Amino acid sequence: MALRDPDAAGRALWVAAALLVLWPLLHIAQFNPAELFDARNLKVMGGFVGQFFPPDLTGEFLQLVLKATVETLAMATAGTALAMLLAAPLGLVLSHSLSISRIGPGPGRGFGEALRALARVTLLVLRGIPEIVWALLLVRAFGLGPAAGVLAIAVTYGGMLGKVYSEILESGDTRPARALLESGSGRLMAFFYGLLPGASQELASYTVYRWECAVRASVIMGFVGAGGLGQLMDQSMKMLNGGEVSTILIMFLLLVLLADAISASIRKLLA
Amino acid sequence: MSFELSQVGLAHANGQRALRAVTLSAGRGERIAIIGPSGAGKTSLLRILATSLRPTEGRVSVLQANPWQLSGAQLRQLRARIGVVHQSPPIPPRQRAITAVLAGRLGVWPWWKSALSLVYPADIAGAREQLARLDLADRLFERCDRLSGGQLQRVGVARALYQQPDLLLADEPVSAMDPALADLTVSQLHSEASTRGVTLVASLHAVDVALRWFPRVIGLRAGEIAFDLAAVKVSDSVLRDLYASETGTLPTQDNQPFDVAPATDRLRVVAPPRII
Repeated sequence: MALRDPDAAGRALWVAAALLVLWPLLHIAQFNPAELFDARNLKVMGGFVGQFFPPDLTGEFLQLVLKATVETLAMATAGTALAMLLAAPLGLVLSHSLSISRIGPGPGRGFGEALRALARVTLLVLRGIPEIVWALLLVRAFGLGPAAGVLAIAVTYGGMLGKVYSEILESGDTRPARALLESGSGRLMAFFYGLLPGASQELASYTVYRWECAVRASVIMGFVGAGGLGQLMDQSMKMLNGGEVSTILIMFLLLVLLADAISASIRKLLA
Repeated sequence: MSFELSQVGLAHANGQRALRAVTLSAGRGERIAIIGPSGAGKTSLLRILATSLRPTEGRVSVLQANPWQLSGAQLRQLRARIGVVHQSPPIPPRQRAITAVLAGRLGVWPWWKSALSLVYPADIAGAREQLARLDLADRLFERCDRLSGGQLQRVGVARALYQQPDLLLADEPVSAMDPALADLTVSQLHSEASTRGVTLVASLHAVDVALRWFPRVIGLRAGEIAFDLAAVKVSDSVLRDLYASETGTLPTQDNQPFDVAPATDRLRVVAPPRII
């Protein structure tokens, strides 16, 4: 018998299927890269980008930008912190690696599965509705200002964090937690003693990444009146002031850079 | 009775049979070695005793209770009384040895004590005492990823000892140790068993360790009990039969050839377990 990989045919089939699905999707999305390089389009885009130079670096505007930056950072940080509070318990409930009733399976299996299903649906609703919709909804309750933005971020990002937390907790080495559960430990302590040491780096860096996304998301919130850099950008755009827009964009790049540095140092700290 | 299995069978989800019709019981304070070729079902048997696997058929009773008829809370209490030494220690690499040992009591400590112990170790002396028995006292505050395989395995043993269980199960507890450390570790498991009246069941790869230390030896082969004898009655031919499909030499801790002396000789030669 020839030495052949028995799984090769299956792999090829999956790749072919993926391409078959992808191709019509690109058509539906009207993706045509050639248009990007059409002479007329290039000129229009060039004109738009050209307005961005030079960036507006006058002292008065910089002061505005700094104030808005602090507001944006506050909104993103408060939102992410609240999101963590929401996500941690849901993520713990959801992760199978901390399920006591799965061992055996033992008593309480049905209750456990029901609770997990409930947590899953909750997370789905939280993150399934885009943050802009939450913001528009909450602006009606809290009025214009950052509070609506903070809550919108907390709700949506709580859903995303919870889902990813539970996946991180299941993807690493889950034997330590299982061994602790098998010697009578409770769920929460099995997490702290068995899973957290191995997962803390991933959990922290994903949370910081979400904070970075929250900084960007707060721009969109700004467009609906939640303050911060977004609101400033909205005004600059409406006044067709490209220089101001590019100053704000530079500030964004700096913030992303900051998020990167924070993430790297936390990972180093936890290594 | 410390545990009682009757007609216990186990089939894995893929249909492969790990155990069939195993009937076995042990009284309090008994010390039993389980030997047999790899894939014989030693780990499966221990995991059933540890209540981490539910048998497909047959009845199980551990510490006077049927684990699979208990409520969730009762099952947790039962599990807190069963100590398990795993073959590859399930300890997070970034955890310190002291935390890994103290984790042995998570089943009995109230949650706030376990939580506080993460901030400042709740029982430094207790953890040190157990590590000292295994010659690891100087590694108390060392992170586990700085330990060798044999050291880590001893941290796992220390955790099970710190748990102070009524039933102590060990799955290849000395597989990563040299003969001297293996002897030290097994002797400590034995001294725990005899001083506290704990029942000890250990699966062992090394036939010499099993025969030297354990009064009762069970041979497992293809998921069935091949023999269940007092150690002094285990003869060369019984062992050859058990390991028939393997290389021809009996597996030992130091990989040196091992011959079982005739049972009558060994009655005199074999020293009783050394209690340190």
